[in-house]
Parts: sequence; structure tokens; C-alpha cells
Amino acid sequence: MQAFVTRRLLALLPTLIFASLIVFVSMRLIPGDVIDLMLAQNDLSTDHDRAAIEAALGLDQPMHVQYFRWIGGVLEGDLGRSLWQNTPVTEQLAATLPITFELGFLALIVALTVALPIGVYSALKQDTLGDYAARSFSLVMLAIPSFWLGTLVMVFPSVWWRWSPALEYTPFLEDPLQNLAHMIVPAILLGLSLSALTMRMTRTMMLEVLRQDYIRTARAKGLSETLVVARHALRNGLIPVVTLIGLQAPLLIGGAVILEQIFVVPGMGLLLLEAVFQRDYPVISGVFLVVGFGVLVINLLVDLSYGWLDPKVRHQ
Amino acid sequence: MTALLEVADLTVTFRTDGGLVRAVDSVSLSVEAGETLALVGESGSGKSVTALSILGLIAPGRIEQGRIGFAGEDLTALDEAALRAIRGDRIAMIFQEPMSSLNPVLTIGKQVAEPIWLHRRMAWREAYAQAAELLRKVAIPDAEARLDDYPHQFSGGMRQRVMIAMALACRPQLIIADEPTTALDVTVQAQILALLKGLTQEANAALLLITHDLGVVARYADRVAVMYGGRIVESGPAAALYRAPMHPYTEGLMRSVPRLDGFASERLPAIPGQPPDLAKLPPGCAFAPRCPHVHDACVAAAPPLHALDASRSVACHRHG
Repeated sequence: MQAFVTRRLLALLPTLIFASLIVFVSMRLIPGDVIDLMLAQNDLSTDHDRAAIEAALGLDQPMHVQYFRWIGGVLEGDLGRSLWQNTPVTEQLAATLPITFELGFLALIVALTVALPIGVYSALKQDTLGDYAARSFSLVMLAIPSFWLGTLVMVFPSVWWRWSPALEYTPFLEDPLQNLAHMIVPAILLGLSLSALTMRMTRTMMLEVLRQDYIRTARAKGLSETLVVARHALRNGLIPVVTLIGLQAPLLIGGAVILEQIFVVPGMGLLLLEAVFQRDYPVISGVFLVVGFGVLVINLLVDLSYGWLDPKVRHQ
Repeated sequence: MTALLEVADLTVTFRTDGGLVRAVDSVSLSVEAGETLALVGESGSGKSVTALSILGLIAPGRIEQGRIGFAGEDLTALDEAALRAIRGDRIAMIFQEPMSSLNPVLTIGKQVAEPIWLHRRMAWREAYAQAAELLRKVAIPDAEARLDDYPHQFSGGMRQRVMIAMALACRPQLIIADEPTTALDVTVQAQILALLKGLTQEANAALLLITHDLGVVARYADRVAVMYGGRIVESGPAAALYRAPMHPYTEGLMRSVPRLDGFASERLPAIPGQPPDLAKLPPGCAFAPRCPHVHDACVAAAPPLHALDASRSVACHRHG
């Protein structure tokens, strides 16, 4: 078990390095570089000024030298400094990661509390009005982009009822209620978009499982339908659902970037967005490194959860 | 004395795209306490549906008419909760596919102990102790240690032993075994049937054995009912039915059993034609299209099941 986890974690390294390379190069390829922005902001324009700033930031080196310098720092735990604020990237990440993590975690809870019961209900009441309603809801949630829904939530309640969601961030440890009051709206929006596919998958899998022979065995024992579903069907049906949730992890992070912007949540998404606008290369690379690592770890956790859900996997 | 199980005039229908299908048509049968009745027929003859309707597990099918008397109660009149109290407790069922009939994510111990926990309202710990006892009874080696194993760690024959243990858990009065050995190796089949027969006798339970294997019938059944096209075409004591089958279908079945003393080069006689499509049954006898003795009366009207004497009945115009 321990060997398995270690092996998996080591296998992450090449993937992460490759991903970092892509991010590093592609960021420098987008038009408009950081020096132009800095010169414009400071009303400087001479070639002399440009060379001075480039040298100061280390951007005068060839790209591969820059990359090796950066990756060398990464291996020592140093992600470099923000080009604009001159603060260490690790510090910025440490400040924003927990916030995004909280948002993602809340969204996941929302997604599961919506998707699992509705999915199971939908399967049990196949082809009834309730099933159609649930499936339509999931289609709608799948089709609506969360930024659009987010904008609606910002605009319409304020026009109709002069109410708008709280937009002031309070750290969780300072005032949990205040914090949740702010986070809950983006978490619900993110969770709903995540719940759409999950609900569909839960329904499909439950329908599949409820047709199995062992469900008939469970019924022949005299178990109530509730016990048949809860004890015999659900765990079998959940195995592919967990995979799907793992696959949706990047979606969760992508959604967080947009919703953090709309709801002014000072998380990693907002950090990334600002960094992209300002071409703050070390910050962008740092965020992507963390995101990539996060996605890979989630996939590892998904694989590990099979062992718990499926005894066949455990014994291999 | 009335029989333990008394199915009378049972008709079960399924709504399909091809129209209303009568999977079971006016079936009557009875099983005495401690007796083994074999219900014989091809796939699609309605034998499994008959069995499942006794437990009320035929959804989306519907019991159109008839009565299922069990120990003096009419099971068709009971509500779902009352039926659940009987399932797994007083009537237990063993299914055909031991590979897929056990839940892959629950331990064997949990699955065998579950009916005891449910019907005897016993704590899990005590139910587990009884489950270990049951596994010993069905001759699973090292029973105690295997409680925590999962179905995939058992072979097909061992899984069917587990199914038998599960069925015996609450000392049922009636055990329904739906083709319990069809999916197993030939060498294992005999062991499982002997075990099943022995344990039901020991518990003085009645056994409704569903099979298409006449060899099984001869060895283990007291009485036999032969089904064809959703109806019972012949019934009687196993020995008598073997000695002198009355219905042409039963005769055909008997002839198509391979014999050890026959010549290997001889072709096994088969019943010509196909089993009937239950959605398009002919108006007369369902077997008429395949029957060597068919005449006008057979095509015109289905023969009723007709009692020849106290123990034997047959549904054939030849014996009308």
C-alpha cells in the first residue's frame, strides 16, 4: 500500500515537469510582455530602461536558462518572486490556496448532496415526472456556464429585491459564519455545475445496479427497498461516480477561477487571473504547478478509494 | 391436511412491446411439507416466473388471477410489508447464477448473517456467529475465517454453498431453488444437489426445485410438474412419470436425455421445432406445432389439465 502510493507519487514528477514546461513556454508566447506593461505604467520608453528592467528580473537570459533557473528553484522549494510585488510566490500561494480549497470543498459537498439523492431518486422513479424533472435540471445545469449564472445571481436579486450576495471576504478562522455567508453563493454555483454530470452518472449506475442478480437476492431476503438501495445498490453504483468526480476536478478548479473573480474571493483563481493580466510569469507558473499537483493528487485519491469501495481491487 | 404451498390457477402477465404476454397461465401446483417438487421445463416455459411470483418478486409483471396459499395464508392478498416478513424467513430462494447473485462489495459473513439480523432482530455479532455455523453446515472449510472474505474469493461451487447457507439461515419452511446447479461444473453439480437435498430434509423444509435437467429430477424429486408455454402439461410422482410419461412433450424430453448404455454414434433424438413465443401462443395446445401426435382437436382448443388418478394429471387430448 505504502509502496503503491510512493510509486504513484514518483510517477507524478515527469508529468508535473512536462506540464510546467508547457506553461512556462506558452505564457511567454502570449502577446504583450511584462516589460511593456511595466514601461507603460511607469511612463518609461527608452531602450535603456527596458534593458535595465529585463536584467533586474532576469528576463534577459535565453528562455531555457530561465526555465532551468526556475525549475532548479522549484526543486529547492523556491517558486521565485512575483515580478510586480516582489513577494515570494510561495507566500502568495500559501495565502490563497486554503481559500480556493475551501471553495472547492464546499462546492464538492454541494455537488454530492444535490447529485447523489437526486440521482438515486431519479433511478428509482425511472420515467416518472420526477425523473424527467431531475434529468432536465441536470441538462440545464450542464448547459449553463457558471459565469453566466454567477452574473445573474449578482444582477437580478439586486434589481428586484435590492439584495446582493456578500462580497467582503472574511477569513474562516476570524468569523466562520461571515466567511460562509460570502463563500456559500459561489460554492453553490460551482457545486451545481459539478452536480449535473454526477447526478446523471449516479442515475445511470443505479439503474444498472438495480438490475443485477444480487439485488434480486437482497429482495428475496426480505429487505426493505430502502435497505436494498442503501446497503446493496449504492456502494456498487458509486464506484464509477467517484471516478467521474475525480475527472471533474480540473473543471472544479477552472470554475473556481471564474467564480472567484465574480464574487471577489481572494483565492488562487483570482491570483492567477491577475497574474495573467500582468504577465507575472513566476506567479502563473506557481499556480499551475499547484493546480497540476492538486489534480494529480485527486486522481491518486480516486484510485485509492477504489480499494475501499471495491474489494476486488483491494486484493490485487 | 392441506399442502404447505398451494398454488391455484395462477396467471402472470407481462406488458411488453409485443403485447401482453402470459408468462404463466392457470398454473396449479402444490408442495407438501418436507417434500421435493421438481418444476421442469425449457427456458421461457414460465417456471422461474412461477417461482418468483410465490415471493411476490415479479415486478413489472402482474398476477392476473389465482391464489398462492402458503401455510394457510393467501400470499397474493398480502401487502408488501407482510410479504417481506415472509421472504428470506419462511420462504427462501436460491438463484441460478452464484457468480452474480452475491453482492461483490459485501463480505460473505455479512450476506449470510443479514437475513438473521433482519428477521430474528439479532445483533450483528450473534448473527455472524450463526453465519459461521451455517457455513460449516454447507461444508465450507475454515468457515469462521472466511466470514470476512468477499464473493470473488470463492469458486462457483463455493458461492452456491454460500447461497444455500443464506437460504437456510432462518430455517425456512419452503426453499425455492431456481436451477441451482446450471451454472456449475458437472462434478460440482451432484455435490451441491446432494447437499441441498440433505439439508432441506434435515430441516424438514419443502423444496421447490426448478430445473431443465431430468437427471436431477430422477435423483432428487418426489414429484414432478412439467411446464410448457406457461402451463403445466403433466404432473405426477417422479418414479411413475419416468416409467411412463403421458404427455408427448415429456416423452420427447425423456428421449433427449443422453444414456450411458446407448451407442455413442447414435444421434440423440431432439424435439423438432422451437419453444413457443409466449406473445404469440396458438389458440390450441401450445405444443401442437411440435407434437408427433397432433390432430384437429389439438389445434382447435387447449386441453385442460386432467386428473388421471389421485396423483397424476396430464393436459393432452390423447388422454382426455
